[in-house]
Amino acid sequence: MTAIDGSVLPAEAAARTSFWIRAHEWATTVDHKRLGLLYISSGLVFFLIAGLEASAIRAQLAFANNDLIGPNTFNRLMTVHGTTMVFFVGMPIFFGFGNYLIPLMIGARDLAFPRLNAFGYWLFLFGGLLFYFSWIGGDGLYGTGTAPDVGWFAYSPLTSPAFSPGNSTDYWILGIMVAGFGSTATALNFVATILCMRCPGMTLGKMPLFVWMMLVNGFLVLVALTPLTAAQVMLLFDRFLDSHFFDTQAGGSAVLWQHFFWVFGHPEVYILILPAFAVASEVTPVFSRKPIFGYEIMVAATTGIGFISLGVWAHHMFTVGLSGPVNTFFTASTMAIAVPTGIKIFNWLGTMWGGRIRLRMPMLWVCAFLFEFVIAGLTGVMLAVVPFDWQLSDSYFVVAHFHFVLIGGLLYNIFAGIYYWFPKATGKMLSERLGRWHFWVFVAGFNVTFGTMHFQGLLGMPRRIYTYDPGRGWDLLNLITSLGVILQAIGILFFLVNVLWSLRRGEDAGQDPWDAWTLEWSTTSPPPAYNFEKIPVVQSRRPLWDLKHPNDPDWRYE
Amino acid sequence: MGLLAGAAVLCATGVAMAEPTTGRPVFDQVSNMFQPVSVPAAKIRDLALLVLAICGGIFVVVGGLIAYTLIRFRARPGDEHREPPQVYGSSNIEAAWTIVPVIIVVVLFLATARTINELELKEPPESALQVTVVGHRWWWEFQYPEYGIVTANELHVPASTPDAPRPTFLWLESVDVAHSFWVPRLAGKTDVIPNRRNTLWLETAQPGLYLGQCAEYCGTQHAHMLLRVYVHTPEDFARWVEEQKAPEAEVASVAAGRDLFQRTACINCHAASGTVADGTFGPSLSHLMSRETIGAGVAMNTPDNLRAWIRDPQTMKPGVRMPDMKLADHEVDAIVDYLVTLR
Repeated sequence: MTAIDGSVLPAEAAARTSFWIRAHEWATTVDHKRLGLLYISSGLVFFLIAGLEASAIRAQLAFANNDLIGPNTFNRLMTVHGTTMVFFVGMPIFFGFGNYLIPLMIGARDLAFPRLNAFGYWLFLFGGLLFYFSWIGGDGLYGTGTAPDVGWFAYSPLTSPAFSPGNSTDYWILGIMVAGFGSTATALNFVATILCMRCPGMTLGKMPLFVWMMLVNGFLVLVALTPLTAAQVMLLFDRFLDSHFFDTQAGGSAVLWQHFFWVFGHPEVYILILPAFAVASEVTPVFSRKPIFGYEIMVAATTGIGFISLGVWAHHMFTVGLSGPVNTFFTASTMAIAVPTGIKIFNWLGTMWGGRIRLRMPMLWVCAFLFEFVIAGLTGVMLAVVPFDWQLSDSYFVVAHFHFVLIGGLLYNIFAGIYYWFPKATGKMLSERLGRWHFWVFVAGFNVTFGTMHFQGLLGMPRRIYTYDPGRGWDLLNLITSLGVILQAIGILFFLVNVLWSLRRGEDAGQDPWDAWTLEWSTTSPPPAYNFEKIPVVQSRRPLWDLKHPNDPDWRYE
Repeated sequence: MGLLAGAAVLCATGVAMAEPTTGRPVFDQVSNMFQPVSVPAAKIRDLALLVLAICGGIFVVVGGLIAYTLIRFRARPGDEHREPPQVYGSSNIEAAWTIVPVIIVVVLFLATARTINELELKEPPESALQVTVVGHRWWWEFQYPEYGIVTANELHVPASTPDAPRPTFLWLESVDVAHSFWVPRLAGKTDVIPNRRNTLWLETAQPGLYLGQCAEYCGTQHAHMLLRVYVHTPEDFARWVEEQKAPEAEVASVAAGRDLFQRTACINCHAASGTVADGTFGPSLSHLMSRETIGAGVAMNTPDNLRAWIRDPQTMKPGVRMPDMKLADHEVDAIVDYLVTLR
């Protein structure tokens, strides 16, 4: 660890380069840090687009019998919004975090397969662009184009040629499939890197929890994406080669698609949430000034979640008329997964307990995440109660639930991660002042929108309807829900301004602004292309704690 | 804030909120699942209240704990350079917060399993009225094999009384894509899936009109696939059955409209008793005027709305499978004059 003992690493050659030379450098880079930033920034662009789509949806639903947006456009918007947020926002942003941080945290110079890494990124990007091209090319080349309108889980037989003519569904299939190949490549890369490239002294039991969770996540991606890709290939066969896997008009099975989709789809939820947990597990100890409480239990809970998440998929299908014993089994497995998830929340709390909690921006987001995620978890338990689910499923209650998971759980931790590692990646601090505006306005808007949504569901409002009649108890609730969007949008604006302003004017970060303990903080901000001048050697889970407290190092207690 | 507003509205349900707007159905009811009127919905409500109580308790405890921790252990001025005691974990505490959730989960699971078992009914009881529900894009067909009745979008069922129990047992089928039958105050939802026969039952003692709608996204007009379930007293139900079974009166004054109806493509999709029309692609028009709405709930069933509908269905319900037949105004009038005699 050359940098921490005071020696200065050579600055990168500050040669003036033209835009095109820099663009060429970024386009051809195989550096894990640059690819990480590419992943995150492309993910954020898709996030803004999908957020605008959601705003249009909410504008339409603000009033009963509104005719701002017609049914066709509405159905496309909700399909594209969902697909984008899951496949082109959630996954790539966390792949970006993994890309940037895994080598730095395990003391490696890059991922195991740098070129495969670049390949994965470009597949993701072109998958996303292909998907969005459907707005122009979806109907084929003969007329105005259309995006897919089959919903993000594309239930058959809505996707069969009889009900989905033109090519819009094909764009949904191919865009996701191409991005999926990229995800598989990246997951493979993460697993290989973590298993083979840790620095001397870093046994599996001494890896930062972030790395552990990305490892489990990598395995989950490898296992879970396969059935989705298989089902999509079968669907392409149905659409182009007249096979009948899902074609109910010819004896195929609509329920088969649902099994295939959710056997991917539920692990996918954990593929999205585990990296969020990973961020929370790094931020909580540093800002509580204590090591993570119950490291081993956290690892066990993570792997437990990984395994159980493969056996809960049919809780998305409680209303399809599966038999009583099947429903009972999936209730049991779904409730079982609440236990390791609960353990995680308690361990974060245990980490905070007795600490000196510094409520800087990253920690604020994690604290808000804890609150929202408790709500998300509890509504999840309600949905696991099969008879209750018969009322709640496919209603706005479900929409509220999974947005609490995906925003309160996922996005909050993306923000936490960005506030935490932005200084590392850019050398500049994000502004706390703008950050607080971003935080409070967005959190307020989120809760107004999605807290309210639970109640439309309890009052019988199904999801995915483009309009509704007045007088069913939904009018006021929908208006409140839509108004919350304005607050969220303002919050996001504060965030964007913060990023752009801080990039130019931000306070210098130095290499370790948070007084943190993992290896990425031992190198310069931003780190040089080779990460570490000398490969570090570690003795405990908190190598920088050991360096900063030579009289009381962690390895004595672990 | 959102939660509070939501709770307020939830409490205020049952209060009629809408002023009638032109041509749209007037909804005087909120489909609040916590105001069940049928046996399965009531059992679900009871279980839901137990689950809500447990989850609410957990939320208060854990949320309170998070808030307390944040306040109690917040860094104070002067703490910048002092580190707190470094604690790495505790097996006893871990065991405690593993075992307690396990116990809660087991309780919830057992309660769930019991209710699943109570509500599962795969074969109709002897006394039940059986109705076959067929999902179409975007309307509902209801067949009463017992009585030879076929109707659409408005389901009529008898109330069940203690001395003459009469549950209703629904066979759910779809001719195209997946739909879902959901009337929250009567029962939970069950999907209506092609190539599959699902079942759903309800048993209510309370006559009235209960609203619901398709709950599985089924394409363009998923939003306008509304359900109206009319629960009648046994006597009223018997009367309704007789009316539906009775042949249509042939009104001489509308013979022109009837002829025109039979000469145009209407009959390819629609059936109407007493005519050659026997299409099954669209809703049966027999006893059309006994229905309160048209277009699966998109408008009230008035002669004016019928006229507007026939003239241009795509404006009232964009994407609906019924095409604009390009009829002249006097032809539309003639057909509507005929339709309003179908009582």
